[in-house]
Amino acid sequence: MITTDELQINIGPQHPSTHGVFRMLITVDGETVVNLEPVFGYLHRNHEQLAEVNTYLQNMPYTDRLDYFNSMANNHAYALAVEKLAGIEVPERAEYIRVMMVELTRILNHAGAVGFMINDMGAWQTPLAFGIREREKILDLFEMVSGARMMCNYFRFGGVVRDIPDEFIPRLKKLLIAMPAYVDELERLLRENEILLARSEGIGILPREVAVSYGVTGPVLRGSGIAYDIRKAEPYSIYDRFDFDVPVGSVGDVYDRFLVRIEEMRQSRRILEQIIEQLPDASGGHINPKARQNVRPPVGDAYARVESPKGELGFYLVSDGGPKPYRYKVRAPSFINLTPLGDMCRGYKVADIVVILGSIDIVMGEVDR
Amino acid sequence: MSTTPDTSPSPRDLLREQLATVLPHTLVTLPDDLPELIRTADVIVHADALPEVVPFVIDQLGYGLLSDIAAVDYVEHGLFELVYRFYSIGGGGDLVIKVRVPREQPDVPSLLPILPGARLHEREAYDLFGIRFIGHPDLRRIYMWDEFEGFPMRKDFPKQGDNYIGEGA
Repeated sequence: MITTDELQINIGPQHPSTHGVFRMLITVDGETVVNLEPVFGYLHRNHEQLAEVNTYLQNMPYTDRLDYFNSMANNHAYALAVEKLAGIEVPERAEYIRVMMVELTRILNHAGAVGFMINDMGAWQTPLAFGIREREKILDLFEMVSGARMMCNYFRFGGVVRDIPDEFIPRLKKLLIAMPAYVDELERLLRENEILLARSEGIGILPREVAVSYGVTGPVLRGSGIAYDIRKAEPYSIYDRFDFDVPVGSVGDVYDRFLVRIEEMRQSRRILEQIIEQLPDASGGHINPKARQNVRPPVGDAYARVESPKGELGFYLVSDGGPKPYRYKVRAPSFINLTPLGDMCRGYKVADIVVILGSIDIVMGEVDR
Repeated sequence: MSTTPDTSPSPRDLLREQLATVLPHTLVTLPDDLPELIRTADVIVHADALPEVVPFVIDQLGYGLLSDIAAVDYVEHGLFELVYRFYSIGGGGDLVIKVRVPREQPDVPSLLPILPGARLHEREAYDLFGIRFIGHPDLRRIYMWDEFEGFPMRKDFPKQGDNYIGEGA
């Protein structure tokens, strides 16, 4: 009988499919993965330490750099945490503008994630270009309101930094009209392509109970069949006013996670349509005029979380009464979602690892902080 | 006791009440004259009691989703605080368990045998704060390189100068 030796190899840290500087130390038996261990820290910049040296407001642009795909969602979670700690009210219009930006971010992220996944499977460039094309349109909207396309730094304590310009809503309406056709196109790419089905169905299965015990959140958890969405489970901001569904998968494989993402894009569109209907006029103001930006919260701690496109993004802040946070902790969704990566990859082929990793949808800026 | 938590009393009150009746020896009672910074309304349990309290919280109270383990260094008061945050799949607010350990001997039992989701949280708290999770099979540095000495998120870690490499380098 021929025996084979197990072999240890590294994927990454410089590898086009690891979505950043991320290393996976894998043990393979032929083509089959026996063990996988994620190695972190290549992008570590002690974000939390920096935040304890800065004032509360100075941290706002730093949060953009956590998950640099979704700077608006990061801003939102941080603003909520500081507002909770300091007891700051947010005007109605500002809440609507915030939710509008965050839902646009979700569409942008999922379009990119689906594009990158198909890219990882070897369908080079074209599907990714479809995703990026849609993302560009949303980035144009972000540029219109904040002046920046990716590092938006748009939120402030008690509101947003400036009101949306007059031409914003017409542009948004145009985008929403064109969206269903685009999402259908993206879904067809996945649903009707035999090669993509073979690469994603039954791959990287994360069963229901296992997903909960690993503490994963976001589309990964919902792909495993648990309808846990913070927007519904513990509504923050004004999410209790909108009518939307929480899509779930059934098996918990790569295919389910991506169907969940595609359906979430449709649900985000529904929320955006309701926002356009309900948006209060500008007389309410886009920021609470009484909210001080050089905030000195009373002694205490606060944790606020949002359903970011990747999962539960939370900020834990401790104040000692001074102008800087005493402790600033980021609960990063894509970091925790990597916990079960080894179990998800065990037994599959080396080529599947890249697809499974892509289906978790990580951003190293947030994982390594 | 049901597996879906009742939302009418806050999770904090529910936990305090339940622990007081079922596992009273796990609760820590704080003196009233604590400095303002380390006063808290949350439930504090003995570090050694954690392997008892956490299965109770998961199985009996239904809070099965470990969201976060945050370490805080209260250097002037000589203690580390660990904030364990749980959520229920059914929805609702967070359930917080706090643990305080002396800075000189920061030993806390690991949750890994109970909850595999604690793996990376605990490695992070070890790497940045030097909290030793007893029973964690893989307690290594996660962000800093392996040869690094010291724990950079501790409040007494030098913030500038070249001391940060340590003598061994």
